[in-house]
Amino acid sequence: MLNLFKNKSKDLPEFWENYEAKFQEKQPTEIAETRFVVFDTETTGFDLAKDRMLCIGAIGVRNKSIDVADGFEEYISQETFNPKTVKIHGIIQHERIETLSEEEAVKAFLKYIGNSVLVAHHAGFDIGMVNQALTRMGLPKLKNKVLDTVNLYRGTRIMSNLINREKSYSLDEIAETYHIDIKDRHTAAGDAFITAIAFLTILGKLNTDNKLKLKKLFRY
Amino acid sequence: MKNTIASRIADFLKNYPPFNLLQKEDLLTISKQVKVKYLEKGKTLFAEGDTGHKRFYVVNKGAVSLERINNGQRETIDKCDEGDIFGLRPLFAKENYLINAIADEETVVYAIPIKKFKPLSENNKEVGNFLIQSFASNTRNPYAEAHKGKLISDKEPEENQYQPNNNLFELQPAPVTRKVVMTSPETTIKTAAQLMSKKKVGSVLIVENNIPKGIVTDEDYRNMVATGVFAIETPISKIMSSPVICYPRGITIAQAQLTMMKHHINHVCITEDGTPNTKVVGVVSEHDIMVSEGHNPSVLMKAIQRSSSTNELKKIRHKITLLLRGFLASNIPLNHISKIIFELNDATIKRIIERCIKKLPSPPPCDFTWIALGSQARKEQLLQTDQDNALIFEDVPEEKLEKTRAYFLELSRKVNKRLNIIGYEYCPAEMMAKNPKYCLSLKEWKQQFTNWIIEPGSDEILLCSIFFDFDISYGNIKLSNELANHIFSLTKDNKKLYAVMGATTLRNPSPLGFFRQFLVEQNGEDKDFFDIKKRGITPITDAARLLILYHQVKNISNTAERFEKLAQLEPNNKELFLACAYASKVLQKFRTKHGLENRNSGRFIDLENLSKEEKIKLKRCFKSIRQVQELIKFRFEVTPYI
Repeated sequence: MLNLFKNKSKDLPEFWENYEAKFQEKQPTEIAETRFVVFDTETTGFDLAKDRMLCIGAIGVRNKSIDVADGFEEYISQETFNPKTVKIHGIIQHERIETLSEEEAVKAFLKYIGNSVLVAHHAGFDIGMVNQALTRMGLPKLKNKVLDTVNLYRGTRIMSNLINREKSYSLDEIAETYHIDIKDRHTAAGDAFITAIAFLTILGKLNTDNKLKLKKLFRY
Repeated sequence: MKNTIASRIADFLKNYPPFNLLQKEDLLTISKQVKVKYLEKGKTLFAEGDTGHKRFYVVNKGAVSLERINNGQRETIDKCDEGDIFGLRPLFAKENYLINAIADEETVVYAIPIKKFKPLSENNKEVGNFLIQSFASNTRNPYAEAHKGKLISDKEPEENQYQPNNNLFELQPAPVTRKVVMTSPETTIKTAAQLMSKKKVGSVLIVENNIPKGIVTDEDYRNMVATGVFAIETPISKIMSSPVICYPRGITIAQAQLTMMKHHINHVCITEDGTPNTKVVGVVSEHDIMVSEGHNPSVLMKAIQRSSSTNELKKIRHKITLLLRGFLASNIPLNHISKIIFELNDATIKRIIERCIKKLPSPPPCDFTWIALGSQARKEQLLQTDQDNALIFEDVPEEKLEKTRAYFLELSRKVNKRLNIIGYEYCPAEMMAKNPKYCLSLKEWKQQFTNWIIEPGSDEILLCSIFFDFDISYGNIKLSNELANHIFSLTKDNKKLYAVMGATTLRNPSPLGFFRQFLVEQNGEDKDFFDIKKRGITPITDAARLLILYHQVKNISNTAERFEKLAQLEPNNKELFLACAYASKVLQKFRTKHGLENRNSGRFIDLENLSKEEKIKLKRCFKSIRQVQELIKFRFEVTPYI
């Protein structure tokens, strides 16, 4: 066991080591200096074990601003046929989008995210999807800190017994509240963009006194 | 790599100039470099004197106001909303910004990198022209003049000095439109008419090298063309009135109106030196004068009643805010201000409901009442705050109940959404008619209140405190009156309810002495701020509600008015109640003033910025609150419930 632990780093591929190394660096404590990566995955279904990712879309957020140039959008080729993938296959063929293997996509994604804070709507699921893929590649789980916009949004709601505090809000509901255009709903990158705008709006609402700290976000 | 987000951004930009003039590929390239920025309400994007950013901005959502400080006064130069561009200075000059850009509401802007955009604007003349004109004129869409080649004035135009609500309206400088529709003398009557139709204007200026030669109005068309005197292929110069009446910049409204009366005209041309021999700078029209006068309640009221889109109402709402600011600045009594603002708010809500009913496929299946709750019902809503509302519909047979409710929920969803768009935020506790809990039949409402009143737990009391202050906004008043009667029958001599409500009133003790504490308290997160709503307005409102309920007085929901009524009813406590009425007004005014200054709800007051006089005033208010709280404590025997 001890031996295995020692050799762990040797067994892992270089890209993973590069990814891991980034967490040795000192990480920013201020929201303004932090790079957030807001992401979303399109999948064949909701079963973490059986279903697969079709596409990963992500966008970088720093200092209250979404940098479109700092985006990520990769489509993943499927080994097995699944009727649920037909629609996305259609898009892929129609627009002649290049696809990557799952391994290549995850590798690119790790490089892209680095040690940024990940943000997603119902983050548990998307993180789970990526972790499953990592497991299939024989790698450990994601090391990034994670924020879930569902919890953050809940934090903007008042403390009152009159509303259901446990309610889980859908991205559509949040988009309606904040008047976010939901044109590319259900494409990974489109959803990531909507989530990113929602994320910025939520930060604005939570940051009423201009003193909001990064640490506090993880408590929602 | 496919880039969904960039395409989405391009999709938005392509609807607005100058981006609509770009090639698709270029637009996509630019879009890939965009940064999407979120600005909280009141956030300054750049300020006068700041070094130029590397990007200029397009409003995607919300509104940005461009302001400049003039003699210590904040002066709005322009308001940018969806699709408008601003912050162009760094694109042309390596100078610092000369204006402030401040988010008027929650705003999302797209930041376009100048380095990438500049080559495009240099290669595409149309794009370049548009930008130069936008920049030079500070108008956002100078297209009305774009069809005339050289229109950029040789000097940078002076900003419109017009400020509403200052001194005498007539002595204000007249509003000058720089978007002048112009054409050359050789143009045919037909082409000129087409141009006027396209620009939706009633007159066109005839110019040669930008020197005004004549003017043609709708009337000239009627008198000289429609009557058959001139054919439509004739040059426009044949029918123009000449010379044009010209004035220099800075003409006052009174001067402009006199000139128009004297010459029977409705446009005055503004040229560089005020003679017809220099270049056109702009036009003053009778219409614009009327509109600018529009910061006047009766004109706004008409505008609300005639409005045909939510966007229009949103713009009117902005004017209402200006009006409010003017009122406060000129120290008009708060009673008067709140009444006017209430009426305007009320008209806005009515108008929205009217329009939403028309949008639905069928008329309402039965009578209903839209009620406002909380501050709007108390006529205390000066700033736009949250929307609190509910809907009562007539009792219908059991089998039709759900279908009827479905109709009203759909209506409410539309109304709530539009109220949100014009600036009333959604109620965080979801006390809105679109919530099925608050869209009930009269019978259900009665049952609801019975439950609340009979079992007054803390949640129920909170709901009572919100729902006891209701006021009809739209619909059949019978329904709301019947509900009010029901409430009074339940609350009459209900000692337990009074005691529990009394305890709630005392929950926020008056913060007397907090200034001293403040001086001692050097640490702690909120040390600089004071919550005027929680510690001042809520306790005094609660007290008024309880006392007026005790006296079973109907149809007065304003806190100050309630205390004035109480002063009549209880002559022995007259002094205290009048002091409370005064305190309520002072606190409201405080909140409103601070809200306007900081563009927020005004709830949190920065103690450091209060003057000595203001502090003394506040202190006096809190003294009255404490006294009325003492009175409640003894009258309703609340001690066991505290």
